[in-house]
Amino acid sequence: MSHSQTASRKRGKLVNLRNFPGFNPTAWFVLFFLYSPLLYVVIYSFNSSRIGAVWESFSVKWYGKVFENTDIQRALKNSLQVGFVATVLSTILAVMAALGLLRMQRAGKAVAMALIGAPLIIAEIVLAVGTLGLFIAVGVPLGKVGLIVAHTAFCIPFALLPIRARLSQLDMAPFEAASDLGANEREILRRITLPLLAPAIFAGALLAFAISIDDFITSFFVAGPGATTLPVYIFGMIRSTVTPEVNAISTLLLLFSGSVLIGSYLIQRKRR
Amino acid sequence: MTAVTTPPKKQAQRGQPGQSSPKLAYLPILFLAFAIGIPLLIIVVYSFLEKPSQGTGVKWVFTLENYKALFIQEKLDGTTVLDTRYIKVLWTSFYYSIITTVVTLVLSIPVAMWIATRDARKRNLLVALVTLPFWISILIRTYGMRQIIADEGPIGKFLGLFDISFSILYTPTATILGLIYVFLPFMILPIYASAERFDFRLAEAAYDLGAKRMTVVRRVILPSIRPGVISGIALVFIPALGSFLQSDMLGGGKTNMVANVIANNFGQARNWPFGSALAVLLIVLTLLFVLIMQGAAKKRGDKVELV
Repeated sequence: MSHSQTASRKRGKLVNLRNFPGFNPTAWFVLFFLYSPLLYVVIYSFNSSRIGAVWESFSVKWYGKVFENTDIQRALKNSLQVGFVATVLSTILAVMAALGLLRMQRAGKAVAMALIGAPLIIAEIVLAVGTLGLFIAVGVPLGKVGLIVAHTAFCIPFALLPIRARLSQLDMAPFEAASDLGANEREILRRITLPLLAPAIFAGALLAFAISIDDFITSFFVAGPGATTLPVYIFGMIRSTVTPEVNAISTLLLLFSGSVLIGSYLIQRKRR
Repeated sequence: MTAVTTPPKKQAQRGQPGQSSPKLAYLPILFLAFAIGIPLLIIVVYSFLEKPSQGTGVKWVFTLENYKALFIQEKLDGTTVLDTRYIKVLWTSFYYSIITTVVTLVLSIPVAMWIATRDARKRNLLVALVTLPFWISILIRTYGMRQIIADEGPIGKFLGLFDISFSILYTPTATILGLIYVFLPFMILPIYASAERFDFRLAEAAYDLGAKRMTVVRRVILPSIRPGVISGIALVFIPALGSFLQSDMLGGGKTNMVANVIANNFGQARNWPFGSALAVLLIVLTLLFVLIMQGAAKKRGDKVELV
């Protein structure tokens, strides 16, 4: 009796400790804070009024406007093309870097890590204007090719994150077994390393794609007039006028991000 | 001798992911040297060059004028005066970033601890909810915030019912609010990662041994989530310092941060060398901050990897 009493008293303390006064309301407030602007965008994308802040009546006319707008479609196409190519290139380069770095000497590794880490630490605006300078100096025309080069570069560190994390956790047994059974370097890479890394490579690619599609500052400086991406186009729209059309595009993009995220979650769960 | 060297050698030859040749990394490194290294080098070089008399770009004449112009203004009669405009811009960027870091930190510790103490199912959902904004364009999130805090937005309308006037859009407050909004998940997630690993029985033990609740927080809980706090500070402060969109869209261009001034010099103002000097200063300040953070982490014995 006294024993169970002590236990329950202890549990009571534990619960107390886990429910600090103020934690609960703070958490709900923060979640509300994080989601209310997004919720507002979604709700007001269905507002028929031209003046954003005044609710008139439910309407999908802004979605109609989005689908009629050929500039938006062109910008979306540019974004997807650049995002897709940059994702493939940066993921391949990230896999190569992750594997090669494992056996690299200290000095070489330090240089490589500095280059890989630079986009994570140095403000994007600095790299953006530097890249603009580079392209003009070597005569790369501002447009899709330049965008792909720039996007691939700053996507590499993001693609690399999950791959490096996975590599450090890998069980060595399959590699030792394969090597003992006479597999050469290429066979080990193709039949053991890459399949074991596959989920991390997938996660890295997803991260790279999200970063590329989202990018505004670099694209703003190096896209040139011909290769406007969706964020650059949206920025122009928001700057000049307030238009509910942007709420409709935003809602579509939210839907897209959400479904990619849920899709990738389902794929990864299926793999396990 | 051979007997000693053979075992490690043999071990190295055994199959490992590390068996891939380091040559594999040459191509990515070469590419990054071109696409990251050279742009940074260009900025440094441009900062020491003159501005052409017309058009954009640089004139290949060495000068220190761009750095001097950050602090000193030369008047027409040849006298020089201290120019505080750019010091103010830097100070503004620092000040906004510090407020952003402090506010996100104060909000994130309770939120991260709260999530970490929920049951597994709820915890996964909450982590997903905090992670989701990562995948949503910062542009769209900032635009959403602009509509929320607009004078005629929902907050303004609500306060209007009580005859309280609400007008913060295009003020420094709006910029800081936008920064807090955008970077909050960057603070919550690393702290949560630390808090999740925290064994709450330790807090219970301290409690049973007679420690007061605040003592438990200060002496047991906070030290064990410190690595997460340090990562969070770095992950919020560094991008906030170089942020562009929030001051542009929410501050209305009235309160410029350093990224806006750099962008302007490479855009309308057409002064690439001066913009480069400002960019170099931003790089130096960022690296200084990284070194200080790493030093602080090392002193405490925490292993914090910023990259």
